[in-house]
Amino acid sequence: MSAAAKDDTKENARDISADAPRTISSHLDLDTPEKPYLDSNELIINMGPQHPATHGVLRVILKLDGEKVLGTECVIGYLHRGVEKIAENRTYAMFNPYVDRMDYVAAVSNGLGYCEAVEKLLNVEAPPRADYIRVILTELNRMASHQLWLGTHALDIGAMTPLFYTFRDREEILKIFEKYCGARLTTHAFRIGGCLYETYAGFEKDVQKFLTFVAPKIDEYEELLTTNRIWLERTKNVGVISGEHCIALGVTGPVLRASGVKWDLRKAQPYAAYAKFDFEVPTGENGDTYDRYLVRMEEMRQSLRIIEQAVNSIPEGPIMAKVPKVIKPPVGEIYHSIEAPKGELGYFIVSDGSTQPYRVRVRPPSFVNLQALDVMVRGLLVADVIAVIGTIDIVLGEVDR
Amino acid sequence: MAEDVKAPVPPPPEGGKKTAAEARPAAPAKPAAPAKTEGPVPLPWTSPLVEKYRNQYGSGLEAITYLGQNYFIVDRSLIPDILRLLRDEEQFNYCVDVTAVHYPKREKQFDVLWNLYSYARNERVRVKVQIADGDSIPSSVSIWPTANWLEREVYDMFGIRFDGHPDLKRILLPDGWKGHPLRKDYGILQQDKEWVQINLGIESGQ
Repeated sequence: MSAAAKDDTKENARDISADAPRTISSHLDLDTPEKPYLDSNELIINMGPQHPATHGVLRVILKLDGEKVLGTECVIGYLHRGVEKIAENRTYAMFNPYVDRMDYVAAVSNGLGYCEAVEKLLNVEAPPRADYIRVILTELNRMASHQLWLGTHALDIGAMTPLFYTFRDREEILKIFEKYCGARLTTHAFRIGGCLYETYAGFEKDVQKFLTFVAPKIDEYEELLTTNRIWLERTKNVGVISGEHCIALGVTGPVLRASGVKWDLRKAQPYAAYAKFDFEVPTGENGDTYDRYLVRMEEMRQSLRIIEQAVNSIPEGPIMAKVPKVIKPPVGEIYHSIEAPKGELGYFIVSDGSTQPYRVRVRPPSFVNLQALDVMVRGLLVADVIAVIGTIDIVLGEVDR
Repeated sequence: MAEDVKAPVPPPPEGGKKTAAEARPAAPAKPAAPAKTEGPVPLPWTSPLVEKYRNQYGSGLEAITYLGQNYFIVDRSLIPDILRLLRDEEQFNYCVDVTAVHYPKREKQFDVLWNLYSYARNERVRVKVQIADGDSIPSSVSIWPTANWLEREVYDMFGIRFDGHPDLKRILLPDGWKGHPLRKDYGILQQDKEWVQINLGIESGQ
């Protein structure tokens, strides 16, 4: 910013001193018509970190030509808490609640990924009943994450009503979480080896009630937006990214699928009990903001399908595998990843045989997906940057960790 | 019980705990050692892919499988080539992650890891390189653009420099910060006090 501004003033200053008697400013040079009346300079402006539409503390430096975006640079790290460093100084079980604080709107997914990674390292498997509970809660959480995304994304673009609708319905999911484990957001729902809590009396009923409650609500969201002319104009052909670009940039999750790549870790490398359920992986064609919206809407419906199957066939049995009191995985390393609402969430854990992990690396989907922002917004208008940040669906807690 | 746990681990060559993991595959001749109570151990990984590259690169390449996950340990000198070959010939077109692990007791202190996935094969592989403190390593940004931020994070957290990276600077910590927090010698409460005092105007960030 300062560089461009400095050059500009320097040039102007020189011009003025060269034609000392002139009083009109140099760029309105009426005698030499070949000189444009107004200089058009690249303008560098700053957006964030305290900006309501950046979903947290994201700072984006925009290089603009008028209102057209020529390039962007993301400045991140405002929410950096050193999660990976903390992990090295906690035992395996103690670190479990910390992962909830990364993608705090999908805490259950984070916990699932971490617990499964440690289980793999320990070479234990969660019992089937625990797997089913995990799937139900994780899919409920995916639903909650997508609802929150839809509400805020639509709000950014200017549609206020969906926010109230989605928050109203998300509340029902949080109520189930609260009844199950006492927490609404950072749930710490799972433990290494299974689940700590048995389902409460009436859990299945609550979930089924929620399913019948929320299915028409998704249609309601769609009614508000899918054919809304303003919504179409703000999202169609905005932030287009091709499937090849997505792969090259490591983008995963709904963004990848909206670009036509049918890839979902729940299908490609099934974990928990996902292999037992029947569901579709929705994809888009154009890779624009509108397709990503449609993909996420369909994902919500598919989540409902999974939850319905799981809750109707939940097996009896233990919910905790035999895990030693003191978790000391053998020396080795493991990478395990799951399909979080935002994309591939991976944990790379190195064990040195002690009670504390030697290294925990989190492969955060938001962080990697955010890198595609620059590709997606070039040539668009400033207002579209807001739409694109929303459509990538980032959570800064996970970007910065 | 305690003996049982230690059984499959060969005597640690340098006293470092972690070196055992690296050294173990060198002694695959005793598969009887891991009794029922012990978990799986790293074993040599054999596949057509490994054979192909072993013929090409010989001893510069070691292939290991552990818990069903495969990884290469390669010489630093092979690094841009083998990554490019894995992408172009073996369709590992998605670079999942670039990260590092610090082993301060080892001579070559750092493991730098590329975690790759192939959409076509639905397969993962890791490429691991050991480098000494202060060594740089060729960047993979020209192979996978996604490595850009990931390598910046490795630089930020470990101080490992990537040659040929288009914009190697800190990403999560502020530009003027001193120290690289994920090194083992960086304490968990440690911070750049000077930076905190100058930029935040407070005595300490704790």
